[in-house]
Amino acid sequence: MTTGTVDDVTTSEPLIVLESVNKWFGPLHVLDNVSLSVGRGEVVVVIGPSGSGKSTLCRTINRLEPITSGSITFDGQPLPAEGRALAKLRSEVGMVFQSFNLFAHKTILQNVTLGPIKVRREKPAAARERGLALLDRVGIANQADKFPAQLSGGQQQRVAIARALAMQPKAMLFDEPTSALDPEMVGEVLDVMTSLAREGMTMVVVTHEMGFARHAANRVVFMADGQLVEDAPPTEFFANPRSERAKDFLSKILTH
Amino acid sequence: MSVLIDKFDVFASGFWLTLQICFLAAIGALILGSVVAVLRISPVPPLRAVGTAYVNIFRNLPLTIVMFFAAFGLPALGSNADFLRIPGLDIVFSRLGTDLPYFRFGLIALTLYTAAFVCEALRSGVNAVPAGQAEAARSLGLTFTQNLRYVVLPQSWAASVVPLGSVIIAMIKNSALIGFFGVVGDLSATADQLTSAGGEPFIPVAIGISIGYLIMTVPLGMLLDRIEQRQAVAR
Ligand SMILES: Nc1ncnc2c1ncn2[C@@H]1O[C@H](COP(=O)(O)OP(=O)(O)OP(=O)(O)O)[C@@H](O)[C@H]1O
Ligand SMILES: [Mg+2]
Repeated sequence: MTTGTVDDVTTSEPLIVLESVNKWFGPLHVLDNVSLSVGRGEVVVVIGPSGSGKSTLCRTINRLEPITSGSITFDGQPLPAEGRALAKLRSEVGMVFQSFNLFAHKTILQNVTLGPIKVRREKPAAARERGLALLDRVGIANQADKFPAQLSGGQQQRVAIARALAMQPKAMLFDEPTSALDPEMVGEVLDVMTSLAREGMTMVVVTHEMGFARHAANRVVFMADGQLVEDAPPTEFFANPRSERAKDFLSKILTH
Repeated sequence: MSVLIDKFDVFASGFWLTLQICFLAAIGALILGSVVAVLRISPVPPLRAVGTAYVNIFRNLPLTIVMFFAAFGLPALGSNADFLRIPGLDIVFSRLGTDLPYFRFGLIALTLYTAAFVCEALRSGVNAVPAGQAEAARSLGLTFTQNLRYVVLPQSWAASVVPLGSVIIAMIKNSALIGFFGVVGDLSATADQLTSAGGEPFIPVAIGISIGYLIMTVPLGMLLDRIEQRQAVAR
């Protein structure tokens, strides 16, 4: 399934490494000694009950959420503190949110080209060209001049993916990208994500879409109460989860 | 009511002086208020603290006290606010350049005081922009200033205009205080000039002065209503 990337995963150093990461929101211990490494080209799906810290985990990787203790390295470098270096790191890590978060006052194409033009200082013509190619890739090139509010949720989320890809990121973070969508639109977004995974993009995906986890993920990570409880290939995880919490969780979501 | 016509020149010069101080204070307060607003939303905690302290002080003091500090505190510190004697500007706004500093003091007080309210009006606009968009911009690698410039401010502007207008209207009315702090000849001070010194009847004079303020504030208020209606339709 993940032809060619498996070797890279095992031979080169991991792209994302979290070591003993702790995060407190006041008295709330949201990430409890979490260690996780994600290899280049690897697709890691994060699942777990509501409030278990999945979003927080995802957001610490580009430091949208600073951590309390522990360390995170991306591409061999520790995450920089607030400032230019952090902005540069963020430009190398794409992020897709549950609520799309498109820029409401900009057209679809402008949403996709803003980063390349302002952050990467690309020539507008070149950014436009690549932007249109990306919109074509996610299947919405004909909507380029519309505004976000004129698009369906599924289309908006595909724009959000194109916007992140326009920065040519080394990794992509997805925080429940399909949870806010009507059921008939989930497939179109998952298709784009699956093709990205096939092409070897490094991905961390928080999702409840078990189908995606089964056929696109290299590993499934299960979180509960801020702890990383299990970390296994999808076949193994779904066939025989080791912890009670995971068994319980799976029985709940798979019966519905 | 003949005083309105006989003394029209006195009303007119009072109106002109009030208009001058309001125009200058509005510009000053918009600039200073924007700076304070940027401080208040900056990611750097000490800067945020400075912005918040500014707003808490100037929004919560009576304007009279701020005027008091400007008119009596500055001279006590040996300042005549001469930095406001801006060459060129003092041709149109002649009081900026006079040896008597009270116009400059009044201008400083009005600007400092109004800037706190301008800051809050701007900030309420910023808060109206969904936080997710600013977060998405950060995740693309936009810096704080790029984020403000390309994502947040273009959208917050619409939500700020109406509250900003109300702040300016309040400022025009507040400017009536300057007459009590040494400024001679603004619109409210003409009341005293015409009644006590000139022996004119009080009610017609008060009506004339009211008309002067309404000429400045009512069109502004109507403009805001129009903008508000247009925004409601657009939504
Ligand atoms: N900014 C914040 N301030 C305080 N508490 C927070 C904040 N963000 C998250 N939390 C709390 O941290 C815990 C973990 O939140 P998180 O959003 O990471 O969970 P999650 O696994 O993504 O849940 P869900 O499936 O509901 O999205 C929750 O209890 C949440 O209420
Ligand atoms: Mg979440």
